[in-house]
Amino acid sequence: MRLPGVIARPFEQIVTEYGPVVLRVCRAVVGPVDAEDAWSETFLAALRAYPELPADANVEAWLVTIAHRKAIDVTRARGRRAVPVEDLPERPSRAGNPDAWDGDLWDALARLPDKQRAAVAYHYLAGLPYKDIAEITGGSTDAARRAAADGLRTLRATYRHTTEVGGSTS
Amino acid sequence: MNDIFDALPEIDENASRRLHARLAAAAQRDGLLDVAYRTLDTPVGTLLLAATEQGLVRVAYDREDHDAVLAKLAGAVSPRILRAPARLDAVARQLSEYFDGGRRLFDVPLDFRLSTGFRRAVLAHLPEIGYGSTESYAQVAAAAGSPRAVRAVGTACATNPLPVVVPCHRVVRSDGSFGGYVGGEDAKRTLLTLEAA
Repeated sequence: MRLPGVIARPFEQIVTEYGPVVLRVCRAVVGPVDAEDAWSETFLAALRAYPELPADANVEAWLVTIAHRKAIDVTRARGRRAVPVEDLPERPSRAGNPDAWDGDLWDALARLPDKQRAAVAYHYLAGLPYKDIAEITGGSTDAARRAAADGLRTLRATYRHTTEVGGSTS
Repeated sequence: MNDIFDALPEIDENASRRLHARLAAAAQRDGLLDVAYRTLDTPVGTLLLAATEQGLVRVAYDREDHDAVLAKLAGAVSPRILRAPARLDAVARQLSEYFDGGRRLFDVPLDFRLSTGFRRAVLAHLPEIGYGSTESYAQVAAAAGSPRAVRAVGTACATNPLPVVVPCHRVVRSDGSFGGYVGGEDAKRTLLTLEAA
C-alpha cells in the first residue's frame, strides 16, 4: 500500500506528458546520437523512484534533474568509447519530417560550453525558471541566467536559422 | 524568445514510439513494471487488460472509464504502470478466441489481490460454472459457503475485477432474467448468447 501524500498517477501519463520535452532537452544537451540513450536512462530511473515522489513535486524539474545526471553519464561513456564520425546519423533532416533533427542547430549547441548549453536547454526548451536550473547545474540563479543569455546570444550568432532552412518556403 | 528552437518538432512520433517500447522492455527486465496494460477491441466494446507480475489483475469495460480504473490501480497496486502489451499477449489471444467461439476456458495466471474475503470466495467459485451454463445468485451463495448471502454475491459480481475471464456473467436471477452486470445488461446478453450458440 501507499504512503499518504504520495502521488498515484499512472507513470504512463508521465511518459505521455513529459516524454517529448525531455527528448528535446536530451537532444539539445547530448546531441541526437546519444539523446535516446539519455532519455531511456532518465525514464527508467524515474520509473524506479516514482512511487516515492511527493505529491506536490514539480515533475518536469524532477525529470530534467535526472536527465542532467544521465546526460553526464552518457557523455562520459561516449568519451571513453570515442565513437567514430561515420556513426553519426544522416544529417540534415528538416522541420516537417517527423524524425527531424536540425543538424546545424546541434552543431551550434555542441560548440557551447556545457553550462551554457544546459542552461539554454533547461530554460528555453524545458521552460524551467533559473532558480531550478541553478539547483540542477550548481551555482547561483544569476549565473544560470547569465549562462542562458550568453548561450542564446552565441547561438544566434553561429546558427543561421532562416525560414528557407526550416523548409516553410519551397 | 526561443524562436531558434522552432525548427524542432514538438513531438517526434517515431522516436516516441521507439523510446516507449524500449522503456517498457527495460522496465520489465529490471522488475519495475508493476502493472502492464493494453486495450482489446471485442464485441462487448474495448476492454482494458492489466497484469501484475503475478498475473491478470484487472479487466475493465469502457463504461468503467479506463483512465479512472488505471488511477485506482496506481493507488491500490502501484503507480509504476505502463502501456506494455507483451505481458497481455496470452490473455488477449485467448479472449479473441473466446469471442470467436473457439475457446471455453481461460488458462492464464490470475492475480486476485483487488478482491478480499467473501467476495474473493465468490470469485473463486465462478470458474466452476461451466461455459454455456448459468447459476442463480442463491446457488452461488450456497456454493461459496454462505447460503443467505445472496445480496453479497450480487455485490461480489458487480465488483468483479476480472469480468469475462472470471465469469460473473453466468450468474443470473432465479427467475431466469439476466440481472445486473458490471459491463451492462447488453454485454451480459452478448456473452450468454455467444456461449449458448
